Amino acid sequence: MLSPEALRRIDTEIAKYPADQKQSAVMAALAIAQQEKGWLAEDTMAFVADYLGMPQVAVLEVATFYNMYDLSPVGKSKLTICTGLPCALSGADEAADHLREKLGVGFSEVTADGSFMLKEGECMGACGDAPVLLVNNRRMCVRMNKERIDALLDELNS
Amino acid sequence: MSLPTILTGGLDRESSWRLADYERRGGYQALRAIFSRPLSPDDVIAEVKKSSLRGRGGAGFPTGLKWSFMPRNLPGEKYLICNSDEGEPGTFKDRDILRWNPHAVIEGMIIGGYATGATRGYNYIHGEIFEVYERFEQALEEARVAGYLGKNILGSEFSFELFAHHGYGAYICGEETALLESIEGKKGQPRYKPPFPASFGLYGRPTTINNTETFANIPWIIGNGGDRFLEMGKANNGGTKIFSVSGHVNRPGNYEIPLGTPFVKLLEMAGGMRAGRKLKACIPGGSSMPVLPGDVMMNCDMDYDSIAKAGSALGSGAVIIMDETTCMVRALERLSYFYFEESCGQCTPCREGTGWLYRVVHRIEHGQGRQSDLDLLTSVADNIAGRTICALGDAAALPVKSFIQHFRDEFAYHIDNRRCLVPVEMQREGSRIYVGEPW
Ligand SMILES: Cc1cc2nc3c(=O)[nH]c(=O)nc-3n(C[C@H](O)[C@H](O)[C@H](O)COP(=O)(O)O)c2cc1C
Ligand code: FES
Repeated sequence: MLSPEALRRIDTEIAKYPADQKQSAVMAALAIAQQEKGWLAEDTMAFVADYLGMPQVAVLEVATFYNMYDLSPVGKSKLTICTGLPCALSGADEAADHLREKLGVGFSEVTADGSFMLKEGECMGACGDAPVLLVNNRRMCVRMNKERIDALLDELNS
Repeated sequence: MSLPTILTGGLDRESSWRLADYERRGGYQALRAIFSRPLSPDDVIAEVKKSSLRGRGGAGFPTGLKWSFMPRNLPGEKYLICNSDEGEPGTFKDRDILRWNPHAVIEGMIIGGYATGATRGYNYIHGEIFEVYERFEQALEEARVAGYLGKNILGSEFSFELFAHHGYGAYICGEETALLESIEGKKGQPRYKPPFPASFGLYGRPTTINNTETFANIPWIIGNGGDRFLEMGKANNGGTKIFSVSGHVNRPGNYEIPLGTPFVKLLEMAGGMRAGRKLKACIPGGSSMPVLPGDVMMNCDMDYDSIAKAGSALGSGAVIIMDETTCMVRALERLSYFYFEESCGQCTPCREGTGWLYRVVHRIEHGQGRQSDLDLLTSVADNIAGRTICALGDAAALPVKSFIQHFRDEFAYHIDNRRCLVPVEMQREGSRIYVGEPW
């Protein structure tokens, strides 16, 4: 279900917590599973539940509570643009408009070719570098004016 | 003249996060001193009390006092938690501390563990800054290899383990008991207090929670003495503080200044107002704190007591600057959406009330408002504040009340004329930024 490498990483996470508190690793385990699979399908979550000895519903509760888990396909690259007030004061609305226009999709939509999903994000704790954009939950791109957005899209398309 | 710093001075932002570099800057000397002098846990707590260090996470609670609440001699596991779930709009200081000076946090936590009798620690890091989480893991590994973490630290009787845990997109997990639930592998829904974490915390065990910046100050306090820390700030407001300045300034970023420094000085350090425009409004302590009109702000000093006197709070030290191109209705609409989106849904007044607040401000912004809406907003806010398990409800209510209190005429204009006082093109122009490399 998950690769040996993913399982090794999950085991490292489990080892951070007391032996009887395996479920503490659920957030990390879901993040690792999502990174490998692209999104969290029901059977992926069931596998994680089984691996950590948790009820499936408890894993589903976690996966639906935290915004960065995706319970449906997101395309090759998920772009989350922060539109929080501090970012909006420094060009986030313009950046979001530009993204919508270039990708031809609105928030929470995937492009027809399946290469991008655009998401609206809340404060990422980097407002001094606004506008802030996150690629696939991992890579933070800062000061995203139109030129830098174009360069990023070119890079991700190539 | 440059102001004295504790946390951010002399960092090259390249290798400054490395253990070797930290040690060259005097790192881990405070921890060594504790074992060589030696200082007892009570001595450490007394020094922190003397420093008058107040929690940097938002509530400003005295750190030494908080540490003294731990039942140190109770047998079994006890926990120390660092709150790096920085997600309060406007706040971005912990990210810089962690990516450029992580060992200061690690050393501060080890000392905190010694003082509170904790056996294990976790640093809960905001999910969106995953690269910082990975770096922190590397810094932890360096500290383990060097013998600063683990069993019998530096040959002493004291053992302490420390790990990193990441969030995954939930502002509420910054609230300390929601954070504990989250580490336990659950939804981040705040707990009732009491019992307080010092008696019933992580896994039901005694737990102390402090902010990243709070911990990062500890090595300096132990190394240089609480008195010197206090002298750097002012009475009841010890030390320096990192202010995250965002919005309409020329150089948004983090600026570390002694508490009590005039706001105008901070504004000058941040490059002044963009395009020389006038300061219209400022939220001095993160989006959960009341907004202040520009002229009031210009006369403030940056410390807990002065900002409280002016009618707001220093909070997390996030200074959101808004110039005359800002539409206050639009600004409040965005803030209200944030609290609506981030309410955990546990308490009815907050879950339903934040939706009401957002929808009413939204209809004003979109030309559908009624004059009675202003009193309606105040009434909804009053019915949230103080009626919820955690302070997110208050955090949603305070901006609404203060925006209407200080900018009522602008809201009324919006309702009467079905449009902004500030033309939309002007708002866009005001938000245009100079984009260079981050400084
Ligand atoms: C909704 C909400 C969000 C919070 N977010 C944070 C946060 O991101 N970081 C933080 O340190 N404290 C946050 N706090 C405050 C914590 O509950 C807690 O007071 C703090 O971490 C204690 O550390 P300190 O005493 O060092 O400030 C938040 C509180 C609330 C009610
Ligand atoms: S508001 Fe966008 S990173 Fe904080």
